[in-house]
Formats: sequence, C-alpha cells, structure tokens
Amino acid sequence: MNHLGFKIGKMKIGSFDFTCCEGCQLQLANKESTLPDFLGLLDVRNFREISSEQHDDYDIALVEGSITRSDEIERLKAIRAQASVLVAFGSCACFGGVNSLKNRIPEGEAIKGVYGDKKIDTMPSTKISDIVSVDFMVPGCPVSKEEVERIVVGVVTRSLNNLPKYPVCVDCKQRLNTCLFDLGEVCLGPVTRAGCDAVCPSGKTACLGCRGPADDINFSSFLQLVKEKGLSQDEMREKLTFYNGFADYLDHES
Amino acid sequence: MKVDFNIDIHHLPRVEGHGNIHISVKEGKLADATWEVIETPRFFEMMLRGVSAERASFLTSRICGICSISHSLASIRALERAMEIEPPKAAEAIRLLAMHGETLQSHALHLFFLAAPDFLDMPSAIPILHSHPEIVKAGLSLKELGNEMSIATTGRATHPVSLVLGGVSKAPSKQRLKELKEMIMKRRPALDKATDFFRTLTIPEFVRETEFISLRNGKDYPFIGGDLVSTDGVVRDENDYLQMTNEYLVDFSTSKFTRLSRQSSAAGALARFNNNSRLLGHHAHEVAASFGLEPVCHNPFMNNIAQLVECHHIFENAETLIDLLLDDDLLEIRTSYKPKAGAATGAVEAPRGVLYHHLETDDNGKVVKADCIIPTTQNNANIHYDLHALAAEAVKEGKTDRETEKLCVMLVRSYDPCISCSVH
Repeated sequence: MNHLGFKIGKMKIGSFDFTCCEGCQLQLANKESTLPDFLGLLDVRNFREISSEQHDDYDIALVEGSITRSDEIERLKAIRAQASVLVAFGSCACFGGVNSLKNRIPEGEAIKGVYGDKKIDTMPSTKISDIVSVDFMVPGCPVSKEEVERIVVGVVTRSLNNLPKYPVCVDCKQRLNTCLFDLGEVCLGPVTRAGCDAVCPSGKTACLGCRGPADDINFSSFLQLVKEKGLSQDEMREKLTFYNGFADYLDHES
Repeated sequence: MKVDFNIDIHHLPRVEGHGNIHISVKEGKLADATWEVIETPRFFEMMLRGVSAERASFLTSRICGICSISHSLASIRALERAMEIEPPKAAEAIRLLAMHGETLQSHALHLFFLAAPDFLDMPSAIPILHSHPEIVKAGLSLKELGNEMSIATTGRATHPVSLVLGGVSKAPSKQRLKELKEMIMKRRPALDKATDFFRTLTIPEFVRETEFISLRNGKDYPFIGGDLVSTDGVVRDENDYLQMTNEYLVDFSTSKFTRLSRQSSAAGALARFNNNSRLLGHHAHEVAASFGLEPVCHNPFMNNIAQLVECHHIFENAETLIDLLLDDDLLEIRTSYKPKAGAATGAVEAPRGVLYHHLETDDNGKVVKADCIIPTTQNNANIHYDLHALAAEAVKEGKTDRETEKLCVMLVRSYDPCISCSVH
C-alpha cells in the first residue's frame, strides 16, 4: 500500500476486553460503508469477539474495560509485554468507567447483595494505567468510530495523533444547540473533552463526561456556574462521578 | 473403537463475553459436558442503588454494548410503571423503532460475523469478505440499516442518548424518517440475498425438547412489555417475573442459571417465534415456512433462522411505524413527572430474548433496589444441557473429537450468547 509515495505496511493489531460491555470493540465493526477499507489497513492478529484465529504477534493492542479481578492483571501484563503500543480503549479502560460506581460499596456487601454466600473473586475497579503503562488513550462510552478511524489512519501513515484539547461546549455551540443550562439542567459540556461531536447535548440530554476532562479546564468556575444557576449539587455530583473521569478534580475539591 | 478425548475451549471466540466449554469422553462414552461462564461480575444491581430514576437507564444501558437500547428501555419501562408515568404514543412508536434497529443490527452481526464463518469453515468474516464479498456486503448493509434506525431514533447506535423517562428527549426529523423509509426499501434486495445465502447452508439436525419463554401481548409480535408466557402453557403477569425465572447459582459459573417447568428453558428469537409466530408480518411468515420453521421448533440451531425471519418482520413493521410517525406532528414526545416511591418490572424482548429489570424507588425517585435478569442468564442452563445431549449424540454416532468440538461451538453460538450482559 502506498501513501504520498511512501510504502506503508498494515498495522498488526490485537483487540482485548476486560471488565466491560464490549461496546467499544463493537464500534470497530460499525460505520459499515467504510469498514472494508478500514479493515484493509489492519492485519487483525487477535480479536476474540469476531475471530477464532488468534496470534500473539500484534504490535498495537487495543484494551477495553477496567480491571476488577486478579487474573486480569496477569493477562494485561502479558499484553503489555507483547505490544509496542498499548491503547486504553474507552472510558472503562481510561478512567475505570461506570464500573467504578461499585467502588462506593463495601466489597463484601456487593458480593452478598448479588451472589449471597457464594465465593466471588472481585476487587475495586481500576483503570488500565494503574496497572501498566498506557501509550495512548481513546476515551468515550462508547468510543467514536470516526475518531478511531482517524487515529488508526494516523498510526498507519505515521502522522500526528491528538485528541481535541477543547471542551464539548465548542462542538455543541457549532451545532447550534440550545444550551442545557438554559433549560435548567447540569451539563458537563464545559469541562469534558470534545471529539464526540457533542452527541448527547445534540440529543437534548446532558453530557455525563464520558471523555473525561479537557485540557486546562476551569473546574472551580464550572462549580460556580452550577451554584449561580441554582442547579442541584446532588445532580452535578451524580454526573461528575458517572464515569470516574473527574476523580482527580473531585478529590482536589474535597 | 472406544475413544477417550477432552475438549477444552477457553474463552470461546466469536461470542460476546467470556465462556468456556469442557467436554470429556471416556471409553467411548460422554463423561462430562459443561458450559462454564467465567466473566468478571460488575455488580450493576448494587451500583444502581442511590442513582436517580432519571439517570438509571443511562447506567443500565452500559450493561451491554450490543443491546444497550433494550436495557435502557427495560429500566425506563420499570420506572414508568413504578411511578405511573404514561409516555406519549409517538414516543412509544419511536422507542419500538429503536428496538427494531437494535434487533436488526444485533441479528446481522450475529448471523454474518459470528455464526456464518462456522458454516463456511472460516475463522472469521474477514476471509469471507474475499471468498463471498457479496454476502458480507449484504450483511453489512443490513447491520448499517439497523444502526441507522437506532441513530435516527436515539441519537447513537450504542448507548442511546435520547431515550428518557417519560418519553424521548428528541424526535427524529420528518426528513430523517423519510430517508430511513427509503433506505429500508432500497435494502430489501440485501435481505433477500442474505436469505438466499442461508438457504444454501446445512443447519445441523439436533433436537432436545425444552420450554420456550417470551413476552406475548396478543396484538403485535412482541418487543416491549406484555404477558410472560411459555410453550408449556405458563402465563404470568409482567411483575411476576421471579416466578418465570427462579434463578439459582451453580459452582462453575459467575452467571446464574434459571428454570421454569423443566430442567432448563430458552429465550430468544426462536422462543419469540414459537410463542408468537402468527403475529409475524405476512412476508416474514412465508420466509419461516420456506425454511420449514414451524412452532414449536426444538432445534436450537434454528435460532439462526428465527433471527433471519425476524429481520424480515422488522423490515415490514418498521415501515408501518415510520408511516405512523410521519402522520404525527411529533410535538408530544415527553411527559413530565414527579418522582415518587414505587416498584415495578419492565420486560422487553432484547435481541437475545426476554429481559427483565425490576426497580424500586423512594419518595425522591432514587433507586433503592434493582434486579436485572438477562436473556443469556435464562439460556445458560439450556446451553449446558444441550451441550451434554449433543456431545453424547455425537460420540454415539462415532464422530471424532474435532467434529464434536465444531458442533458444540456452533451450538453455543446459535444461542448468540451475550455473556458480559448475563453476568453484569
């Protein structure tokens, strides 16, 4: 394959899932009209969800899900040892995701509530970078296929890859949406990293921050805004903790 | 000749989630067959405690990356019934269209990407893209249509944006609905091509009688709400879901098992068909007949064909729903409500079968108790006992370990299990 006169090889890729819904991996099979071309850039070496052919000579590993059981740590370390580039894929991998909501509950209580007296191996949900080094993060619940395509093409053609540094609000304004704050709702658009095309506020539901904080956000000003508008602190807290993306900011505040 | 062999499949590929198959044959006889689910539990029922009713469906949709719309709507239905909220008619039609989109997407993904490679002796759909490009393209075109329906109705293909308590937060534009209708018409040839392709495949002949459980409302082929029924004649109210499921724990699985009148029961497309075939659209009915699919069919491999038949039904019914929405001014799409204490079940037919969410709220509308029973949970016991019967039959017929293994993995895939969902 040639690109701008340079010969480029296919990207040897592996896709792996830990504790998650597998929705991010599923996005790889979406945007069907460009899927055959997209697959043309990839040499899929290991992708259990769609193929029974499995090899361990991948260069790039996409890792979906958070870590919640001891055997997952060993499996993740083996993937890290093999991959030249390890990508945390989706909000669970990047931040711990919705799985982190279980960390509020004492472990024994959670197990008893679901399984009674059965012995179950589980631990608090942690993000991938708490266990191994991560080279690139693709946040989102789920990840956006458009963004994934852009990143994959960037890697294959060795061009620059960056996530947007600005918040969701910028994209939302460009789509001429009515601001949800004006409709009396707490929206995390002012503090969340863009790149999702403001899909939630465009559907008239608040941003819940699945892509984590944008670069250089003014968090205290955001808290002030919610206060000034007289909106519910309870609602704001529920939204900020939903994907665990703002944990560092919340720790700092308290 | 008396053979000894073991089949141990760790993390079965081409299914959603993590499951293992163990088969042990000693001196020419089946000694053991186990369906072992080893998925990590996420404890959604516990996470839901304290979450506001408004946010609950945004959390439960994350139970599953393939059937997030079903989970969202099961929670919404449970909470609307608990708090006595009546969604507007147009919102109900939009929700049903969203379910159709999800089911079409999910069935196409399963039929072409997960199941079809076995029938063609391929490891995945990627080499089929070269050997039978027109078949994979037809599958992709159906999957894309399903996703487009979901995007038009909920804002996104996975993890819906605009499905909310009381209705929907945004209706699709008339223009979008017209485009969708046109897209459905244009993709009929792809569905016919797919159907012709499935006619060329040999569906294994295997029968183990079981009890099929689904919703039934007597008017429409079921997708949202209704009575809980079984092919053994059980009929119960939606709120009595616990008497339909009777969950129990087994030591080799992190997913629970269920049963009703027999040792095991099944949910999914075949169960829906077996309980509701007369409510299918005319053309879907003809397609079923052309494959020899008649109620009550006890061959689990025919679940593939039942899914294909449902794709035909969705094509017919989606057009009707779009016409209904085009005739509506789409101004009333969301009912306002005051949070209150209550408890109810929301049952929907997810692509893989009947899904129950039971939610209890306090006076402020916070969830105080949650229970989710997943279709694959209801299929686990059936898969387990089917594996036993199928492997025993294969060994008796003198099949080799490789032939037995292939049949066993095909059997599990026929159920289209959604394992992370079942453990949640």
